[in-house]
Amino acid sequence: MSALSIKNLWKEYGDQIVLENASIEIESRAFVALVGPSGCGKSTFLRLLLGQEQQTKGEILLDGTPLPKEPGPDRGVVFQRYSVFPHLTVLGNVMLGKELKASRFAARLFGAAKREVEDEARTMIAAVGLAGSEDKYPAQLSGGMQQRLALAQALIMRPKVLLLDEPFGALDPGIRAEIHTLMKKLWHEAPMTVVMVTHDMREAFTLATRVVAFDRPRDRPEEKLRYGATITRDIAIWPPRKAGEASLFRPDRDGPVSSKGQ
Amino acid sequence: MRWINTKPGQGARLTLALLPFLLLLAAYMIGSAERLADNPNDKLLPGLDALGAAIQRMAFTPDVRTGDYLLWTDTAASLTRLAAGLGISILIALVLGLVIGTLPYARAMLSPFVDAISMVPPLALLPILFIVMGLGEASKIALIVIGVAPIMVRDLALTALALPREMIVKAETLSASSWQIALRVVLPQILPRLITTLRLQLGPAWLFLIAAEAISSDSGLGYRIFLVRRYLSMDVIFPYVLWITLLAILTDILLDRLRIAVFPWSELEKGK
Ligand SMILES: Nc1ncnc2c1ncn2[C@@H]1O[C@H](COP(=O)(O)OP(=O)(O)O)[C@@H](O)[C@H]1O
Ligand SMILES: [Mg+2]
Repeated sequence: MSALSIKNLWKEYGDQIVLENASIEIESRAFVALVGPSGCGKSTFLRLLLGQEQQTKGEILLDGTPLPKEPGPDRGVVFQRYSVFPHLTVLGNVMLGKELKASRFAARLFGAAKREVEDEARTMIAAVGLAGSEDKYPAQLSGGMQQRLALAQALIMRPKVLLLDEPFGALDPGIRAEIHTLMKKLWHEAPMTVVMVTHDMREAFTLATRVVAFDRPRDRPEEKLRYGATITRDIAIWPPRKAGEASLFRPDRDGPVSSKGQ
Repeated sequence: MRWINTKPGQGARLTLALLPFLLLLAAYMIGSAERLADNPNDKLLPGLDALGAAIQRMAFTPDVRTGDYLLWTDTAASLTRLAAGLGISILIALVLGLVIGTLPYARAMLSPFVDAISMVPPLALLPILFIVMGLGEASKIALIVIGVAPIMVRDLALTALALPREMIVKAETLSASSWQIALRVVLPQILPRLITTLRLQLGPAWLFLIAAEAISSDSGLGYRIFLVRRYLSMDVIFPYVLWITLLAILTDILLDRLRIAVFPWSELEKGK
C-alpha cells in the first residue's frame, strides 16, 4: 500500500505564498501527472512530498502516517538533472542504495553479499534497457540512458512512492517515446505510486491515471505575492488505467503488462 | 578566416611552445657573452661552461668536507620537508573540507575561523614559529602547512558545497546516513579537486619552504641558494633555481596524470 493524503497544504517562501490550500487524495498505485504553468509551484509540491522541504501549513500522510521531515528510501526520486552520481559506473550507481542499506559503516559490500547485490543490480539494469553499459560512467551515456539509469537506481530500493520532476523534459521526442514505454512497464511491475511533474500534456495523458493541474486562481501582478497556486483540475483518464492490467478496450494502450504484474 | 578560428598543427604547436624558452636562453647567452667579453671574471651571468662546471661540482662530486653530493642531499632534505608539509595539509584539508562542506553545524563553527586563518600572512608568522618550535624541521614544515592548508580547506569545502543538492537528496532516498553521504558521495567527488588544489598550491609551498630554509637551516635547496649568494655564485644559483622549477613542473604533471588514472570520470565530466 502506498496511498498519499495531502491536506490543506500551504507553502510560503518569506512573503511569497507559493502553494495555497492544496488538498488531494492519491490512491495506492496511482500514476499522477502534475501539470501547470512554469513557476506555479509544481517542483515545490514535489519537494514537499519528498521531504526535502517542509510545508508551512497542512499535512502529508503516507498510508495514514505523517511523512518524516527528511527524504528516505520509501520515496524514490528522479530529477531532470543530477540524479545519478558521476563518480560511479552504471553498475556502481545501481548498487549504491543496496550497499548503503546493508553496510551502515563501510557503506560497501564485499564477497558473497556484494555478488548478490550485483546480480540484482544487473537484472535491474537490464530491465531498464542498459545491459552492456554496466561499466560506463554517466558522462559516457546519452541523456535518455542517464534517466534510465536514474530510474533503475531509484527502483532497486523498491520505494512506495516514486517522484519524478520533469524527468524526460530534456529528451528528444523519439527517445522520450521509448522511455514512456519503459515507464509504463516499470509502473505496472513495481508496487508503487508515481507522482510526475511534466510540462508535456501529451506525456501526462499518455502515462497517468490522473492528470492534476496546478494554477493560480488570482494572477494579477499585484496579487502574485499574496495568492499562491492550488489544484484547479483533477482529471481521471478514461477509460481508466490500472496498474498491472492491460487496457480493456485497447490492450496495447498502456504498454507491456507482464504476467507477473500485480 | 578569423584569427580565433585558425589553429596550429602538431609541429607548429611544439615550435611555438619552445619558442619563448629558446628566446630566453638566447637572451641569456648573448648577455652572458657580452659581459664576459668585458670582464672575464664577471660572476653575474656565467657562461655555459661555468654553469656546467658548477653542476658537475654540486651534483656529481662529493663535497670535500662532508663527502655528500650536495645537490642530492639538498634535494632530499627539501623534498622531505615539502612532502611532510603537503601531506599534513592534505589530511587537514580533506577532513575539514569534508566536514565544513557537508555539515551545516560544522560549517557555522569552522568556516569563519578557517577564512580568517587563511588571511594571516604566513611569512609574518615565521618568527613566531621559530621562537615556539625552534629552528629545526618542525617550524619549516609548520610554515608550509600554515601557508597552504587553509586555502586547500576552503577550496575543498567550496567544491563539496557546489555539489548539486539533487545528488545529496538522491543519496538520502537511497537510505544514506550523513556519514555514508560524506564517505560515498561527497568524498569521492572532492578527491579529484584535492589533487588539482594540491597542484595549485605547489608554488606557494615551495615559496614557504625556501623562505624557511633561507633563514635557518643546514641543508636544502633554499638554504644552498642563500648560502652561495654571499659569494655571488650565480653559477650555482641558476642551476638550483632551474632544478627547483623542473621538480615543480614534474610534480605538477605527475599529479594531473595521477588524477586522470585514479579518477577517470573526473576527466569525462570536464567541459560539461
Ligand atoms: N527556495 C526557494 N526560495 C524562494 N522562492 C522559491 C524557492 N523555490 C521556489 N521558489 C519560488 O516558488 C515558485 C514556484 O517554483 P517551482 O516550484 O520551481 O515552480 P515550477 O516547478 O512549477 O516551475 C517560483 O516563483 C519560485 O520563484
Ligand atoms: Mg519545476
